[in-house]
Amino acid sequence: MDERFVYRKVKSIKFGIFSPKTIKELAVAKIVTPELYDKEGYPVDGGLMDIRLGVIDPGLTCKTDGQKLKESLGHFGYIELARPIIHINFVPVILTLLKGTCRECGRVLLQKQKMDTLKSELIVQEIEDGRAEKKGKIRDIVTLLKATNKCPHCKAKQLKITLEKPTTFMEGDKRLTPIEIRSRLEKVPDEDCEVFGIDPLSFRPEWAVLTVLLIPPVTMRPSITLESGERSEDDLTHKLGDIVRINQRLFENINAGAPEIIIEDLWDLLQYHITTFFDNEVAQLPPARHRSGQPLKTIASRIKSKEGRIRHNLAGKRTNFCARTVISPDPMISIDEVGVPMVIAMKLTVPERVTDWNMQHLKKFVERGHTKYPGSNYIIRPDGKKKKITDETKEQLLEEIQPGYTVERHLMDGDIAIFNRQPSLHRMSMMCHRVRVLPNKTFRLNPAVCIPYNADFDGDEMNLHVPQTEEARAEAQILMEVQTQLISPRYGLSIIGCVQDAISGNYMLTKFVTLTRNEAVDLLLSSKVTDLSRLPNKEHISGKEIFSVLLPEDFNFIGKSRGHTGNSEEDKKNDTIVLIKEGKLISGVMDKANLGDGSGLLLRTLHKQYGQQRTIEVLGKVFRLGIETLIKMGFSACLHDTDLSENARNKIYETLDAAYKDVDDFIKVFRDGRLEAFPGRSIAETLELKILERLNKARNETGSIVSKNANKASAALIMSDSGARGNPLNLAQIAGCVGQQAMRGKRIEKGYRHRTLSCFKKDDLSSAARGFIRSSFKHGLTPAEFFFASMTGRDSLMDTALRTPKSGYLYRRLANAMQDLKVEYDGTVRDANKKIVQFAYGEDNVDVSRSENGRLNVARLIEKVSE
Amino acid sequence: MKKFDITKHSLVPKHAKLSDKEKKQLLEKYNITLNELPKILANDPAIKDLGLKNGDVVKIERISKTAGEYEYYRGVVNA
Repeated sequence: MDERFVYRKVKSIKFGIFSPKTIKELAVAKIVTPELYDKEGYPVDGGLMDIRLGVIDPGLTCKTDGQKLKESLGHFGYIELARPIIHINFVPVILTLLKGTCRECGRVLLQKQKMDTLKSELIVQEIEDGRAEKKGKIRDIVTLLKATNKCPHCKAKQLKITLEKPTTFMEGDKRLTPIEIRSRLEKVPDEDCEVFGIDPLSFRPEWAVLTVLLIPPVTMRPSITLESGERSEDDLTHKLGDIVRINQRLFENINAGAPEIIIEDLWDLLQYHITTFFDNEVAQLPPARHRSGQPLKTIASRIKSKEGRIRHNLAGKRTNFCARTVISPDPMISIDEVGVPMVIAMKLTVPERVTDWNMQHLKKFVERGHTKYPGSNYIIRPDGKKKKITDETKEQLLEEIQPGYTVERHLMDGDIAIFNRQPSLHRMSMMCHRVRVLPNKTFRLNPAVCIPYNADFDGDEMNLHVPQTEEARAEAQILMEVQTQLISPRYGLSIIGCVQDAISGNYMLTKFVTLTRNEAVDLLLSSKVTDLSRLPNKEHISGKEIFSVLLPEDFNFIGKSRGHTGNSEEDKKNDTIVLIKEGKLISGVMDKANLGDGSGLLLRTLHKQYGQQRTIEVLGKVFRLGIETLIKMGFSACLHDTDLSENARNKIYETLDAAYKDVDDFIKVFRDGRLEAFPGRSIAETLELKILERLNKARNETGSIVSKNANKASAALIMSDSGARGNPLNLAQIAGCVGQQAMRGKRIEKGYRHRTLSCFKKDDLSSAARGFIRSSFKHGLTPAEFFFASMTGRDSLMDTALRTPKSGYLYRRLANAMQDLKVEYDGTVRDANKKIVQFAYGEDNVDVSRSENGRLNVARLIEKVSE
Repeated sequence: MKKFDITKHSLVPKHAKLSDKEKKQLLEKYNITLNELPKILANDPAIKDLGLKNGDVVKIERISKTAGEYEYYRGVVNA
């Protein structure tokens, strides 16, 4: 097709409404009959599917422009309404106009002088402060007008006008018909309109009451032919049919001189149909429905809300060359790889341009076709024609292929793809990975990238996109590859780190383990470490020495492990001072504080000194080393990891008994009226606080007894100590005492009258009666304790279910409000209007992603400068 | 009723009027007009007693979590 473009810059856009005259000029046909097709199935002239309005059937020609299906854009028609009808969208405007103008002479209820000053003020305000302020000012004027009850021009008394929703206007007790309303609006002079912020050239007030209705072209309400040959019309056509039918009936009745009451009924019905034609979700009206009961989708619902044209079609984008499936972990692929199932790799393609140099290579892909991997699905001729490769066409295509053609070959190892998990809350939710084609049907990803995606493997699904041009690929690789996303712009530390087993494994390795040389070599090789030159040549090799093999040779680092106290003697004993000298781990254990995400400077420093590529390699090796250690050594957590000695158990009982006794004493003091209230608290509140504090203390004591007495070498303790999973509180609840169940920060009070459960005495304030669980999970809960635990359990479940969508919406609003803030070259943060928001970014001008945990390492900067 | 001076409250940062010379320097430094400056109402409780009018600029010395101390400027507008 011959396309000619006219390039013009849009200077401004103005909205207005059509006058009856413009509607008639715009329309190509007057619609007079509700019938759609005649007996032959041919559109009726003057019907809603009139072929002057455009064509939706193959073979027909549009009578207006002579074009065929898909060529003709369609044309508008109109119907003459028997009686005027209020346009639902302009009801508020009509109301303010009626209230603000005289019922006799149609002038604004203002003195001439006053009106002139207000008008010029409005103009000034719009220029100075913008539209929003002008609107506020107009609102003020309108409220002023409403209070006026005598016309300053003709001295006529004004009656009170009310709106009976949705479309009925009342003056006093009398109903105003649309005819009366229209004649009143006609009387409002052009210059008076401006006080209401209305431009009379594009919006004459009386045009808000319709006398002719514009009929949209058939092309925007196409009918579909069902398999049975039956035609199914669009919702809009249905609605228009109703309108035309009732309109005809109204005409006939008026001409026949029918009683006023019948005419009014029909008039109201026409008003209803036209209102729902524009908006089928008006609050006070029952929505028009199909026979099946589902509401019709009319004009407003086509545009509005999430499924509407704007959010669904204009703001929402869909793409080809993407895939979605369940994810599962594979620590043996590299961190920047993604495992793609073979079936998906044979559907997704990468276009490759044929040249003299790669023709033989690409021909092989075509030869293998779409059934044999790695083959190809389509070839594209230089003129843009796409041809599918099948067994029949293969031979011919192989002959035809020459430089300039494009082959869409299957996805292969090393291709690049963008991987994404919703909700995409930060830029690390979409990263670029290298493809690794694998068997089975799930996407595989290295567990280390679970953190930036916030993914787990309980059924999560993720999306994959394959960039189709060299430019897109380069862009994705440079800007989005996993390596480039290591340092989080939120806190300036590595967001990718070891998780779960990888942490426990490295913790064990660097804390307890010593291996023979054979075992060490075995371990390193299975972690895909091939350079063993730095492994010490001796009979027994410590875990720290094995770990050191992975570090760069000249790496120096001082840091802290978890549980670092600052007390040098204790730290030495617990081995919590991390010291790396020339790539050798001298002291310190590797745990979450060093290897985990968002904690510790080990990974940050590696990144700074050796760059992203090296960091991700080291991280991958460390990760696998941890896992392999666990595989080699065996690692299972079990219930008796938390077993305590007789002695320790008794100590826990004693602690709890003492707390119970103290609580009972508090209650006794309270009952005797001897309790002294805390400042600003009632006596009862004071008691609650004291009890809560005492019981909390008791639970913490049992916790520390458990931590002290449990077997440090057990799997459960290793996980908790290394930070891999679980915390001392979990252990205390299993072995010691579950503790107080609290709802809304208070002990449990709800339930029966004066008591929580019927097995307690009324007004029992004791620990057990208010939800303190002294049993441990291992020991088992009493029925009452179990009930209390279920109460808080349900409460927190509800809480999370309700909070998630709320915080999601909060985030959406925040993101929308801040999306166009930008750091300018002068260091200020400004919005789209270049108005200043902050004088220095983050108030300290620090780019967090180039900092270390939001701070600058001044010592190193000086060192670097002085070098 | 006892009257409180809110400017003495620990959470209210120090507000001070900028002299004409300082104001000119500020606007030149950021190459802006008063329009681009954040606004503050003339009857804002924190500056009510400074007797400022449209077009003045106040300097606010805030305690900042990231930078320690941070200077912020707001242009006074009429209520």
